[in-house]
Amino acid sequence: MSSLLVLAIVIAVGVVAFVIGRQRASAHETGKVKPHSRAHYHGWWAFLLAVLPAVLLLAVWDVGSSFYLDRHIHAALPERTVDSKVASEALDASLVKSLARGLRRLDGGTALPATFAELQPLLAAKGVALASDTQDYMIPIAVEANTVQDRLGLFGAVLTFALSIAGAFYALRQIAPRARARNNVEKLMLWGLLAASTIAILTTVGIVLSMLFQTITFFESVSPMSFFFGTVWDPRFAAAGSGGSQGQFGLIPLLAGTLYIAAVALLVAVPVGLMSAVYMSEYASRSVRSVVKPALELLAGIPTIVYGIFAVVTLGPFLRDLSAALTGGSPFIQGQSIFTAGLVMGVMLIPVVSSLSDDIITAVPRAMRDGSLGLGATRSETIKRVILPAALPGIVGAILLTASRAIGETMIVVLAAGVAANLTINPFEAMTTITVKIVNQLTGDLEFNSPQTLVAFALGLTLFALTLVMNIVALYIVRKYREQYE
Amino acid sequence: MTDISMDTMAGAVARPRRDIGLKARYAAERRFRIYGVIAISVGLAFLAIMLITIVSKGYTAFWQTTVTLPITFDEKVIDPSGKRATDPNVLVKANYPKLAENALVAKLGIDPANKPMMLKLKGFLSEGARVQLRDIVSADPSVIGTTRDVNILAAANLDSAFKGQIDLSVDEARRKVSNQQIDWMNKLKADGVMAEHFNTGLFSYGASSRPETSGMGVAIIGSFYMMVIVLLLALPIGVAASIYLEEFAKKNRFTDLIEVNINNLAAVPSIVFGLLGLAVFINFLGMPRSASFVGGLVLTLMTLPTIIIATRAALAAVPPSIRSAALGLGASKMQMVFHHILPLAAPGILTGTIIGLARALGETAPLLLIGMVAFVADYPTTPFDPATALPVQIYMWANEAERAFVERMSGAIIILLVFLMAMNITAIVLRRRFERRW
Repeated sequence: MSSLLVLAIVIAVGVVAFVIGRQRASAHETGKVKPHSRAHYHGWWAFLLAVLPAVLLLAVWDVGSSFYLDRHIHAALPERTVDSKVASEALDASLVKSLARGLRRLDGGTALPATFAELQPLLAAKGVALASDTQDYMIPIAVEANTVQDRLGLFGAVLTFALSIAGAFYALRQIAPRARARNNVEKLMLWGLLAASTIAILTTVGIVLSMLFQTITFFESVSPMSFFFGTVWDPRFAAAGSGGSQGQFGLIPLLAGTLYIAAVALLVAVPVGLMSAVYMSEYASRSVRSVVKPALELLAGIPTIVYGIFAVVTLGPFLRDLSAALTGGSPFIQGQSIFTAGLVMGVMLIPVVSSLSDDIITAVPRAMRDGSLGLGATRSETIKRVILPAALPGIVGAILLTASRAIGETMIVVLAAGVAANLTINPFEAMTTITVKIVNQLTGDLEFNSPQTLVAFALGLTLFALTLVMNIVALYIVRKYREQYE
Repeated sequence: MTDISMDTMAGAVARPRRDIGLKARYAAERRFRIYGVIAISVGLAFLAIMLITIVSKGYTAFWQTTVTLPITFDEKVIDPSGKRATDPNVLVKANYPKLAENALVAKLGIDPANKPMMLKLKGFLSEGARVQLRDIVSADPSVIGTTRDVNILAAANLDSAFKGQIDLSVDEARRKVSNQQIDWMNKLKADGVMAEHFNTGLFSYGASSRPETSGMGVAIIGSFYMMVIVLLLALPIGVAASIYLEEFAKKNRFTDLIEVNINNLAAVPSIVFGLLGLAVFINFLGMPRSASFVGGLVLTLMTLPTIIIATRAALAAVPPSIRSAALGLGASKMQMVFHHILPLAAPGILTGTIIGLARALGETAPLLLIGMVAFVADYPTTPFDPATALPVQIYMWANEAERAFVERMSGAIIILLVFLMAMNITAIVLRRRFERRW
C-alpha cells in the first residue's frame, strides 16, 4: 500500500473526526453549563489528534523500512569475490532495487523467467528500461525484497490507521462542556509557528553543513594550503595523477577576479546610486519622484541574466569595436572583460545602493536639516556637511551590503567576464570569478567524488564565509545607526 | 558689468556688502544639482538602451516564416513496399521530407533531374517538416494518396533572410543563403506562398537543435510548476514564521539568532542555495536531477527571507489599538492574530509575496547547479520530470552560436520581462488600492 494512499485515509479519518467532534460539542452549546470552547475547536482538536501522530508514525516507518530493506538486500547479496561482475556492492544493491521496481510493473499472474535475458523483453514491453549488467542472481533477491517491502508497508499502514482511529476516539471521548479544546489547538498552532520560524536556522545549518562535508572531502585530496594560496587554476589535469595536483586548484586568481570586478561595479554603482538617492530625497519634486522612483525600481526588478546577455551580446562587442576604431586596428578591449562585466554589474547595483541610502538619508532627523538651512547653508552644503556625515555609518553599511551582492553575483559574470583564470591588472582583459567557476565545475555530467566537482563546494564555502562576514558587519552597522536616531 | 558700476556708485553712501562668496556657493549648489540629474539620467538611459536593444533584437522572434505547399501524400514515397498495414514502423520512418521537397520542386518548377539545382534546394525547408507531416499521417492514415495544403516551416536561415536580417551585399560564399535561394524566396513571396505568421511555436515547442523548431514550451511549464511550489511552500511557512517572530516570540537569544539568520539569508548569494540543493536534495535525499520539484524547493528557501521580511513589516504596521481592542473583547492571542491582524496585513503580505515570486521567476544561477540546463524536448507531466525554466532557457540559447537563436533568446527575454512586469504591476496596484495609512 503506498504511503500516499495511507496519508489520504488518515486525513479522511481526521475529517470524519472533525465533523463528529463538532457535532457533539455543539450539542453541549445549548446545555446549562457554558462551554469553554466553541464547537469547531473540539472538531479541530479531534482532527489534529487523529492526523498528527499517525502522520509522524508513517514518516518514521517509511524511513525505517527503507533502511531495513537496504540492509536486507545487502545481506542477501552474494559475497563479493574477485570475479564479481558488478563493480561495487553499492551498485549491486542499486541494480537490485531498480529491478525490484521494474518487477512491480509486471502482471502478477505470469511466472517469472529465471534469467535476466528472458526477463528483459518482458520488462521492456512494460516500458521499464534496466541496466544491462543486471545479473541472474538478482532476480530472486528482488522478488524477495518486494515481498518484504509489501509486508512492511502493509504492517505500517495498519499501525498508522490504528493510531489514527485511536487518536480520534481519544479526542472524541474528551469532549465535554468545560474541556479546554481551544487552548489545546492553540498550543499546537504555536508549536507549528515556532517550527516554521526555525526553518531559517535549518537552512543556514544545511548550507554550512552540506558545503563543509564536501569541502573536507575535497581537502583530503588537495591540501588547503595549495587551495587558498595557489596562484594557478587548472583543475582539468589534477585527477589524472595525485602528484600533479599541487597548486592546480589555486583560489588566488579567482578571488582576485571576483574582487576586481566587484570593485569596478562599486565604482559605478556607489557614486551614481548615492547621487540619485540624494537628488530624489532632497531635490526632486513630487511628480518627478513618482515617475523616476518606479523606473529605478524597474531596473532592480530585471533578472540578472538579462543584464548578462546585454553585456555579452550588445555592450561587449560594441566596446570591442569602439576600441578597435580608436586605435585604428586591434581592439584593446576584449569582448569579455572586467570592465564590461563590472560596468553592467554596477548598473544593476545602482537601484540597490540608491534604495538603501534613500532609507538612510530620510532617517536623518528633520531638525538637523532645518538647523543647517536656518544658519544660512545652501542645500548642497547641508547635504555635504550635515546629512551625509550624519548618515555615513549607514551608508558604509549599505555599501558593504552592495559589495556582498557584487561578490555573489553569478549570471552577469558567467556571461560577460570570461572563463580564463588570469591574473592581470588590465581592466580590459578577461578574468574569472569564484561564482563562474562554481557554475563551470557543476554543469554537465558530473561524478560526485572527484576533486573537480568537490572544489565547487570549497569555493562556495569561501564565498559564503566572505559574504557572511560582510553581511553581518553591514547589518550590525545599519541597525546600530538606526537606533541612534530613534 | 552694471553690477560693478552700481556698487561703486552706491559705495559712497552705504557700506559695501561683505563678500561671503555667495556666487561661488550658488554655483556649487547648481553643480551639485546637476550631478544628481546626471546620476539619475545615467540609470534611466541605461534602462532605456537595454530595453530598446532587447526589443529591437527580439520582436521579430514572434513571427515565423512558413511556406504553404500543396503536399501530396504520395504512397510511393511514404510506403514504397506497401507494408504499412502490418508494420507500424513504416509510417514512423517514412521519408517525409521528400514529400515536402517534391511539393516545393513542383511549385518552383525545377527539373528534378537537375542535380545542382536540387542540391541548392537543401536547407530551404525546416527539418521540422518530418515531424509535422508524420503527425498528420499518423493522426489520419487515410490522407495517404490525397493532396492538402500544409504550412511548412522555412529553415532558420531562410527565415532570417525573409525578415531582411541577412546582409545580401556580403559575398555569396560567405553567407548561409545562396543567391538562388533568395531568388526562389522572392518568387514564393510574390506568389503569396511564403509569408510570416505569428510564431506559436515559440510558446509550444520544446528544446531542439534547430532554431525554427525550438521554443519555450518546456521552460514555461517548468517555471509554472516551480512558481506553484514556491507559492504553496513559501507563503504559508513565511507567514507562520513572521507571525511567530512578530507576535509571539519573546525577546531572547534564540529569537535574536533567528532574526540574524533571516537577515543574513536574504543577502546570501543565490548560487549558494544552488549548492545546498545539489548537496542536500539531489545528493543526500536522492531526488531527481533537472526536476522542477527540486528547483521549486531551492527557490522556496531563497524566497522565504523576502516574504518573511515583507510580512513582518506588514504585521508591524497594524496599529496596537487593534490588538488591544481584540484582546479587550476577550479574544485569545491566537484569535487576535488570525481574526484581526492577519486580514489587515494581507495586502502587504501579498505584495511582498508577489515581489518574492517575481525574483524567483527570474533567478537562474541556483537552477544551473541542480541540472536544469538540460535538453528537454518533451513536456514534463509532473514536477518530478526533467524540465527547464524560462531564464535557464534564455541562458542556453545565449550559448548557441547561430543568429536565429539570438533572435529567439531576445524574444524569450521579452516574454520573461512581460511576466515580471505584470507581477510587479499587480503588486504596485495591490499596494495602492489596499494599503491603509493608520
